[in-house]
Amino acid sequence: MAKDLVKTLADLKEQEAIRIVEERLKAKEDPLKILEDARKGMEIVGKRFANSEYFIPDLVYSGEILKSVTELVKPKLARTAQSKKLGKVVFGTVAGDIHDIGKNIVVFMLDVSGFEVHDLGVDVPVQKFVDKIKETGAPVVGLSGFLALAFDSMKQTVEAIQAAGLRNNVKIMIGGGQMSDEIKNYTGADAYGRDAMAGVSLAKKWIGAS
Amino acid sequence: MEKQWDKMTPEEKQETLFARWISPKDPEGNDLKFPSPEAQKLYKERVTRIKNAIQLKKKPDRVPVLLIPSFAPAFYSGLTPHDVMYNYEKIAPAWKKFFVDFQPDGHGHAFVPTPGKFLDILGFKLYRWPDHGVAKDTTYQCIEGEYMMADEYDAFIRNPLYFFYFTWPSRVFSALEPLATLPPLAGVTEIYTASIPFMPYGMPPVKAALQAMMEAGDEALKWMGACMAFAGEITMAGFPAYLAGATKAPFDVIGDTLRGTRGVMMDIYRQPDKLIAAMEALTPMEIQLGVDAAKQIGCPLVFIPLHKGADGFLSDEQYKKFYWPYLKKVILGLVDEGVVPFIWAEGGYNSRLDIIRDLPKGKTAWLFDQTDMVGAKKALDGIACVGGNMPMDLLTVGTTQQAIDHTKRLIDVCGKGGGYIMANGAFFDKVKWENLKTIVDTVKEYGVYK
Repeated sequence: MAKDLVKTLADLKEQEAIRIVEERLKAKEDPLKILEDARKGMEIVGKRFANSEYFIPDLVYSGEILKSVTELVKPKLARTAQSKKLGKVVFGTVAGDIHDIGKNIVVFMLDVSGFEVHDLGVDVPVQKFVDKIKETGAPVVGLSGFLALAFDSMKQTVEAIQAAGLRNNVKIMIGGGQMSDEIKNYTGADAYGRDAMAGVSLAKKWIGAS
Repeated sequence: MEKQWDKMTPEEKQETLFARWISPKDPEGNDLKFPSPEAQKLYKERVTRIKNAIQLKKKPDRVPVLLIPSFAPAFYSGLTPHDVMYNYEKIAPAWKKFFVDFQPDGHGHAFVPTPGKFLDILGFKLYRWPDHGVAKDTTYQCIEGEYMMADEYDAFIRNPLYFFYFTWPSRVFSALEPLATLPPLAGVTEIYTASIPFMPYGMPPVKAALQAMMEAGDEALKWMGACMAFAGEITMAGFPAYLAGATKAPFDVIGDTLRGTRGVMMDIYRQPDKLIAAMEALTPMEIQLGVDAAKQIGCPLVFIPLHKGADGFLSDEQYKKFYWPYLKKVILGLVDEGVVPFIWAEGGYNSRLDIIRDLPKGKTAWLFDQTDMVGAKKALDGIACVGGNMPMDLLTVGTTQQAIDHTKRLIDVCGKGGGYIMANGAFFDKVKWENLKTIVDTVKEYGVYK
């Protein structure tokens, strides 16, 4: 009997997790079940991060293990897994700012928490946010920024969403570097999230999934 | 006559560097002639104020106040970062106006506007800079990547100097890619092999790379002339430079621009021993950087910006295993040579305060960004000077009254008994200028020790 993949992944045992996946695939187990266990493992990783048991290196490493597991399982998938998503989120680092470490961590945590994340990347022009919100109908928007210059870019992005008549359809969170509640008020966003799990909690609350 | 350097105790070395700082020299090595007795008096008062705050032996006359800007002096003069990076003659007037108008207790040189043409000539890939990937009115920003691969630790540990001379530049400067083909000159110790390592220097791509280096050197010299013009003028106006140079924590050297954040965090798991060995190899180099700068410039303060050991970046255990031991070695190595590490702890440092207490008394200054200053003062009281924490949101969108209130609160909490420097918590570009002025003026009025 293969050891518990959920626990092994949650405990960040890379080699062991890969060995378990290989064994389960060899035993012709449904690959979707394996991915479901991996997802559960990542959920525990997220909880440990929220409880300050895990830190950024642990998140980054869990992401690498998940990537290896997914790569092993993918060729065996008859159909793409369409697991039910909690909801859509549009995310990006605002115009003028090219920092992505923080953004990538939040996007990753939203993704493994079951959200369909539309990551627009860095230095995202205001209009691109507006267009993506229109296209996807996402009810949650995340604006990331490391530099203080992002204060104004965020404000302009929120204003553009307002001008496009979309403000009442979305909740907007900000986060990164020098952000705070003061800056949340300045930009006109709905909330400031201190870290990745705060972002996940906000998204869950707003989508009604918490 | 100074006692021979090698015979001095660390305390004597520190005093000697402070003594050199308070009596600056002109370029010919003579005592600097200030244009007025007032300027000289201001200069000496300011150095003494900072010295007393750091040494914890005497209370300063008042809390020292420093402003540590990024491109703020350019914006304050209506210039963009692009303007000052490409027109070096615009640097000195803008930087001087900034410090003269706001009247803090020191200046931090004008090295922020890295020369744009230098970056153009070498094709710098590590950053995007104004009009080269970011807008002209935007600051430069680093592009993280793996500029050292996961399997290159052994080569790095064996010969870090070769890595920094050839390998790394060949990756971050597009014009210097041919440097990767250059062998070390270790074979030149016997006549019959002497010419062999020189062969690549005859190849056209290497010649072009060397040509680019020489042109980049010309540009660097031109730019340094502009920076030194500022340093000369601002010193004459009575402002000491609050740093001689900079060095880094070994973990940040590897995590910032060699392996990148993702890379170094993977290494914590996949090859921790090699990561540690690489940091051990780096430690003496980082010490040397700081010591050389302090002795050459004649100012004991050496800047150490801290990045990837902040709250959340590492667990306590990871911090104690990978970050602190090597940062501590760098700090103690500097302190042994009389240098005062001027540590700029970016982000939050709340979870590290108990760990960093393990330092000799009155030898370091810690400037914090978002750390709770009540906890910082409590942890470091009697051990190290603390400072910083003027928040970016307050500087940018706060009211004048909020600036006054926060300044007074910081002085109440941290100023008690000395050992405190008021300063901003993170580098700033565009802020409300009246808030900066308010902070400096409030410190001068409210921060006087009686």
